[in-house]
Amino acid sequence: MNTERPEESGGTGTDQPEARGTPAGRRVFLGTLGLGALGVVAAPTLQRGLEAFLGGAADKDPTGLTGLLPNGGGFRYYSVTSSVPRKNAENYRLTIDGLVDRPQTYTLADLRALPQTRMVKDVQCVTGWRVPDTPFEGVRLSRLLDAAGVRPSAGAVRFTCFDGAYSESLTLDQARRADVLVALRMQDKDLGHSHGGPVRLYVAPMYFYKSAKWLSGITVTEDVKPGYWENRGYDIDAWVGRSNGRDDEPTS
Amino acid sequence: MSLRADTPPTTRVRRFTRAERWVHRTTAVLMSVCVVTAACLYVPQLAELVGRRELVVRVHEWAGLALPVPVLAGLVSRAFRADLRFLNRFGPHDRLWLRAALRRDKRRAARPAGKFNAGQKVYAAWVAGATLVMLGTGLIMWFTHLTPLMWRTSATFVHDWLALTIGIVLAGHIGMALGDPEARRGMRTGAVSREWAEREHPLWRP
Repeated sequence: MNTERPEESGGTGTDQPEARGTPAGRRVFLGTLGLGALGVVAAPTLQRGLEAFLGGAADKDPTGLTGLLPNGGGFRYYSVTSSVPRKNAENYRLTIDGLVDRPQTYTLADLRALPQTRMVKDVQCVTGWRVPDTPFEGVRLSRLLDAAGVRPSAGAVRFTCFDGAYSESLTLDQARRADVLVALRMQDKDLGHSHGGPVRLYVAPMYFYKSAKWLSGITVTEDVKPGYWENRGYDIDAWVGRSNGRDDEPTS
Repeated sequence: MSLRADTPPTTRVRRFTRAERWVHRTTAVLMSVCVVTAACLYVPQLAELVGRRELVVRVHEWAGLALPVPVLAGLVSRAFRADLRFLNRFGPHDRLWLRAALRRDKRRAARPAGKFNAGQKVYAAWVAGATLVMLGTGLIMWFTHLTPLMWRTSATFVHDWLALTIGIVLAGHIGMALGDPEARRGMRTGAVSREWAEREHPLWRP
């Protein structure tokens, strides 16, 4: 393999000043590795400190750049499809069907006319980020289920979304909890498109992948069908702090 | 691999063999894929534009896993191993170079360098270590069921902040290359002009 001889003959020789000296490169390399490992060990402490500091800084930051820093506070946008159609008060519809006596179709105005429930709780994503004290407002899912008349054979609820790909499921007992909403507002504003507006699911006690964005269909079924991320390895019963191998503080 | 006949022997100096250039090129491509996919996963505006989260995650993971491969494959090249030795060893002149850099002393005489200057040596060692830390934390985030509770959050934290740091340092690396066309020519063609070599790397004996 040595057709390159003439060029490297000098390069590999010990007459070069750089062939001698201390192996500082190796020390920098190993030092970086060591710091990385130390970082993982010290992460919980460091993270708490940084969150407190950046949270304070974000309040006074007019540029919004702190929002881009890791753990700078705030939501992160996740979508599983390349583009999501936009729906508004004119063309948004929510259908309720499956094992019900009275299938329903709601417009945005219909949903707004129903009694609204407001909750303020932390949002916890399974990837680690958490947004404290986030107000959600909307119609209790149990109210919509009761209005449709769930049949005795039913055991679960399946949610579909107008992005065309995402889906989620809850058992009927989970779906009837008082802290599960069909949410119309978040952070005291109408739900914007990037947060899953105009209507999303909000499952307060579970990891945020359960709170399907761009909700368009509610189907009452016999059994739980795994949702989009659950087919890709996430837990179906996604209680915050008691699933997905995580021990976060419960959110509800 | 053969000596190029078209390289004028008097004015051009051979700096990198083909193997070394390919190690750099493939590492650069893989690193770029990692950076671009990371941005599409992390920056909200880009995430919104690109979507397809599962696909982007897969590409990011595999590019990250492949990132050390070019360097490991390069170890079969004697010239590449020699360069690694040069990058590792710091002589008295490197101390002078670093001190001048800290003082922002830009005079040539204050910055003696061999084949690689002290800044390039520190960069190479750091980015190699940082890449392995990213690989380790990335694997913890990828294979969640292999590690105990809490590790994943901690790994995410290190992965996020180190990604930001690497992004800044990488921008510096690319920025300095953009400011020195002859250095880029050396990486592209393998050869540099003799006067550039004597000016930028006076202690280098090619």
